[in-house]
Amino acid sequence: MSIDRETVQKIAYLARIRVDDDQLDPLAGEISGIIDWIEQLSELDTNGVEPMASVAAMTLPMRKDAVTDGNCRDGVLKNAPDSEDGFFAVPKVVE
Amino acid sequence: MTKLTSLSIAAARDGLKKKEFSASELTEAHIVAMEGARELNAFITETPEIALERARESDVRLGKGSPLSAMDGIPIAIKDLFATEGVLTTAASHILDGFTPTYESTVSANLRSAGAVMLGKTNLDEFAMGSANITSFYGNVKNPWKATGGKNVGKDLVPGGSSGGSAAAVASGIAMAATGTDTGGSIRQPASFTGIVGLKPTYGRCSRWGTVAFASSLDQAGPMTKTVRDAAIMLQAMAGHDAKDSTSADMALPDFESALTGDIRGLKVGVPSEYRIDGIDPEITAIWDRGIEWLKDAGAEIIEVSLPTTKYALPTYYIVAPAEASANLARYDGVRFGLRVPGESLDDMYMNTRGAGFGAEVKRRILIGTYVLSAGYYDAYYIKAQKVRTLISEDFKKAFTSVDVLLTPTAPSAAFAIGEKQDDPIAMYLNDVFTVPTSLAGLPGISLPAGLNNDGLPLGLQLIGRAFDEETLLRVAGVLETAANFTHQPGGK
Repeated sequence: MSIDRETVQKIAYLARIRVDDDQLDPLAGEISGIIDWIEQLSELDTNGVEPMASVAAMTLPMRKDAVTDGNCRDGVLKNAPDSEDGFFAVPKVVE
Repeated sequence: MTKLTSLSIAAARDGLKKKEFSASELTEAHIVAMEGARELNAFITETPEIALERARESDVRLGKGSPLSAMDGIPIAIKDLFATEGVLTTAASHILDGFTPTYESTVSANLRSAGAVMLGKTNLDEFAMGSANITSFYGNVKNPWKATGGKNVGKDLVPGGSSGGSAAAVASGIAMAATGTDTGGSIRQPASFTGIVGLKPTYGRCSRWGTVAFASSLDQAGPMTKTVRDAAIMLQAMAGHDAKDSTSADMALPDFESALTGDIRGLKVGVPSEYRIDGIDPEITAIWDRGIEWLKDAGAEIIEVSLPTTKYALPTYYIVAPAEASANLARYDGVRFGLRVPGESLDDMYMNTRGAGFGAEVKRRILIGTYVLSAGYYDAYYIKAQKVRTLISEDFKKAFTSVDVLLTPTAPSAAFAIGEKQDDPIAMYLNDVFTVPTSLAGLPGISLPAGLNNDGLPLGLQLIGRAFDEETLLRVAGVLETAANFTHQPGGK
């Protein structure tokens, strides 16, 4: 098995997803199965091949560095689970 | 008069013009159908008031003889992945609880500007991740089709996914058409499973702005309709350049409907030999062979082509798509919108929110994406997959130097029962074996119903075209549609 429970724990923390202890082993099994299946790509010789990040055969367009939107604070905050005085509110970060 | 809910967009457009019925009557008939088919669970949110209001506005325009477009007064459904101003938008995820956008996605705004009437927001796989519409927080969608024979008689079948609610709504006559999105097959595979037409346009044809992102280099919106002509009409209304999406193609739109000339004499149709995979259902091969004959009879030249890296497309996709998803879904943090589950610290709050808010398949994909992008594995997995993606794209480019269009099956099977393949992610991923390569290459693909299998379930055929050549795709699809003459309806109608 390519992925053990410690690795799952580590990537779950990187992704900030709470995973219960009893889920670590099943997830390790499922993810290992998928990663092992993906390993077949190593059969292919890709030396000298350019990696493809986008299929759009175009250069990204430039735009004017100008303000085109704004003054919509209430709209931005409308869906926030918690906000105060025009700001998003989060648990205390700095002691 | 024909039942209003069985009309195509093209027929309804003509009926509205001739004042045989009003947009309000058309919309009311579809609202009745929507309310009568709730057991399919095709909708997450129904918006009958919005629909009736927009239909009344359409009637005013139609009364003056100045409709906005061929879509004016046409009742459609919107996949719940498109942000809709003032209407709950969920992506079928718990983590977007209560999210009511203050803006409208470009695609749904374009449809609205064309006069289309929104009936509601359709169910889907959570964040469009799935091929059976069984990962939605809002429950499974049922396929309106039932098997008339075989092992699945009497069972509820999946509609395919991820655009399963859209597919079920169109197939059952609730909506005249629906928007879908396709990242690896999410328009074409459900279209095949429900006997309708599904078109994934070229990457860049439709703006991604305001559509909940899954894998940004692959996601593309497209129409799901009853006929090929309707797909052309609806694509016309959805597509177009949008400065708010930097990958949106800045090019003029052709008149898609006029591409349907019915004449494909001399056209070269490629048949990729690698798509004849081992262990494929013989009925799929049979319908594919029939499709080849139909196009040959219509005057096309059939050419065997090779796409050698086909078998590596799925594993490539399952690196690229989860990697992009893990980045895109980082925004669901319990701060700006949706669900928040409190925690001691900010990190705790993030972890609790994301642990509770995402379903099992979404978590699995985020974890895989995080793994393949993590230090020490980035080159071995992610860069490797991007290199293979180049090879897959080059295969298609090479094939299109000798042919104009490719013909393949859409999916390796007909619709299966709810619960089947549920415990085996890779078996589920194989549903998209014929659609994923096209997505990786950014090419347009269309699925249309070609016939029924022995169990009475629809089977689709897929056509794949050159980039930004939806016209040829639609032209060939129109010919195939005429030859197939698929008039079956779910429920043996």
